[in-house]
Amino acid sequence: MQRQVALIKQSLFDQGYLDEQFMELEELQDDANPNFVEEVATLYFKDSARLINNIEQALERGSFDFNRLDNYMHQFKGSSTSIGASKVKTECTMFREYCRAGNAEGCLRTFKQLKKEHATLRKKLEQYFQLARQAGPKEIARRPK
Amino acid sequence: MDKGFSPVGLRVLVVDDDPTWLKILEKMLKKCSYEVTTCGLAREALRLLRERKDGYDIVISDVNMPDMDGFKLLEHVGLELDLPVIMMSVDGETKRVMKGVQHGACDYLLKPIRMKELKIIWQHVLRKKLQEVKDIEGCYDGGANWFTGNDETHYLGGGEDVSFGKKRKEFDFEKKLLLQDESDPSSSSSSSKKARVVWSFELHQKFVNAVNQIGCDHKAGPKKILDLMNVPWLTRENVASHLQKYRLYLSRLEKGKELKCYSGGVKNMDSPPKDSEFTSRHQSPGKNNSYAFSGGSYKAESDPKQLAASSVSDPSSDVHTPPPKAKKTRIEFDPPISSSCAFDSLLPWEDVPDPLESKHQILYQSSFLQQQPLLPSQTPFVMEKEMKPSYETCVNADEFLMPQDENSTVILQDLHLCAPPSAMKLQESSSNVTNDTESILRSLNWELPESNHSGFIDTDLDFSWLHNEHFLANTSGNFQNFQFQDYSCSPSLPSELPPHLWFGNDPDEYTLMVDHGLFIS
Repeated sequence: MQRQVALIKQSLFDQGYLDEQFMELEELQDDANPNFVEEVATLYFKDSARLINNIEQALERGSFDFNRLDNYMHQFKGSSTSIGASKVKTECTMFREYCRAGNAEGCLRTFKQLKKEHATLRKKLEQYFQLARQAGPKEIARRPK
Repeated sequence: MDKGFSPVGLRVLVVDDDPTWLKILEKMLKKCSYEVTTCGLAREALRLLRERKDGYDIVISDVNMPDMDGFKLLEHVGLELDLPVIMMSVDGETKRVMKGVQHGACDYLLKPIRMKELKIIWQHVLRKKLQEVKDIEGCYDGGANWFTGNDETHYLGGGEDVSFGKKRKEFDFEKKLLLQDESDPSSSSSSSKKARVVWSFELHQKFVNAVNQIGCDHKAGPKKILDLMNVPWLTRENVASHLQKYRLYLSRLEKGKELKCYSGGVKNMDSPPKDSEFTSRHQSPGKNNSYAFSGGSYKAESDPKQLAASSVSDPSSDVHTPPPKAKKTRIEFDPPISSSCAFDSLLPWEDVPDPLESKHQILYQSSFLQQQPLLPSQTPFVMEKEMKPSYETCVNADEFLMPQDENSTVILQDLHLCAPPSAMKLQESSSNVTNDTESILRSLNWELPESNHSGFIDTDLDFSWLHNEHFLANTSGNFQNFQFQDYSCSPSLPSELPPHLWFGNDPDEYTLMVDHGLFIS
């Protein structure tokens, strides 16, 4: 089981869902905060859902205030770097590029993609944490090789 | 590996509207053994800071916050509290970083932030304190002419100690000196010590209003401003010095766009050696030795001229855009210690604008306070360097060197003022250093890699000599002992406090930090 957990984690890295920031978080985990990573991830998803909502509403309004959108995305990107959500981050960057170019179509497309990546990551991490909890604490602490 | 060293109990205030980052930073800082307070709103942060004026050693703030722009917060903190502020952002765009510099940030971290970057934030606190000490030292520059008429001598703070963490130590020496002076009725000349004017936000607002009322601020003279401000206890000298700083601040803002290297020689009065001070103070890029502030300058060469050249550590010289955002880079800006010297020497505040204008520097360096693995010994080194610039404050090297020590707080010892005697003292104190410390320090010194830091130290010393005619000269760069001066007790300060004390950073002073490249990213 532990091996399974390790494999899942490794695949998350390999597939580019997560980057080294995630590893840094794992390093922070200790006896005082044995579930630190999971707590952070939970916090992130909660907060990012809110941010996504903001962006969604702004886009739905159809007025395309690029400045504002860029601002939101900046926030979102900052947040996503916190857990090392690599793919999500990439989408954020693209979105901001489109904003700067004033490309509404591009923004909409990217945003859709971003939401997808975000949802995927969420699911994967949820799976991962669940398994990890079952497998026991040791596994989480180990870095993927 | 090098865990680096960080003083335990450093009181950090973290401000970020992102709850995820707040949680992460809190954990990271706790791991550094710092005392962390988190805050999700800028206004809340200001409130906390104002409530306990001496409650924090350093502030780390995000740039983008909903209720207040991070830069505004930065300004407030710099003006009112004079605490070092580090900015953070996921965005490493040059112009943003520059903005940070202009507003006085001592560092700009890119998210995601790494532990090693947080581990060294104490250096900013130290640097700032050293700068203040330097000012004080300047005051004691026995009888230098510029000192006369510096009515703006100040009793620093309210007897607050410089310390990390909870330990506080009195600087009796300073206080005694201060008291002596105060009891002297004819205190108008030379060592008169008055209570330091704390330029609170409100006071500064009055000042700004008065200046704006007068119009072109070059015509605004301290007397006029003073009259307009209508603050009975304020003196013309207080206003004069504040005005000087303010002008520097404004000119800095104007020049914000340029990335220029300073060529050195900030102040008119300063001789080249001054530059060396800068350099010596600055951080060197990346490499281990980049702790350049001290970087390498300790190589005991005494060529004052070299300093200008050797501003090794001067990040300012290395102006270059930070590596692409993908990488984490730090852009460091730190006011060189020398800047305070520069100011010290400035008598007429009118002179100020000129030298500054010529240099606008953007201290820009990747990974200033480096990200490299830091040998424990290096830390002391760095500290050493910091201290070095001509003043006798010595930080007890022991404190800094031994992370394992219980008292990781900085030990503040008596300040040895007086330049010439202090020079002696320095040497003496050097000898007091434990062998361990000494050897570590030495090893640090000599381990410095490249950078022609040679003679840094000396230059600094020389500089101070030239500058003040007596400053501590630690010719051999054997600063092994650092004693922190209790700046809060310091008696008279020079009439001009370096602007950077006010505004955080004073890029102008970085002149020296020219290329000697201790930049290592």
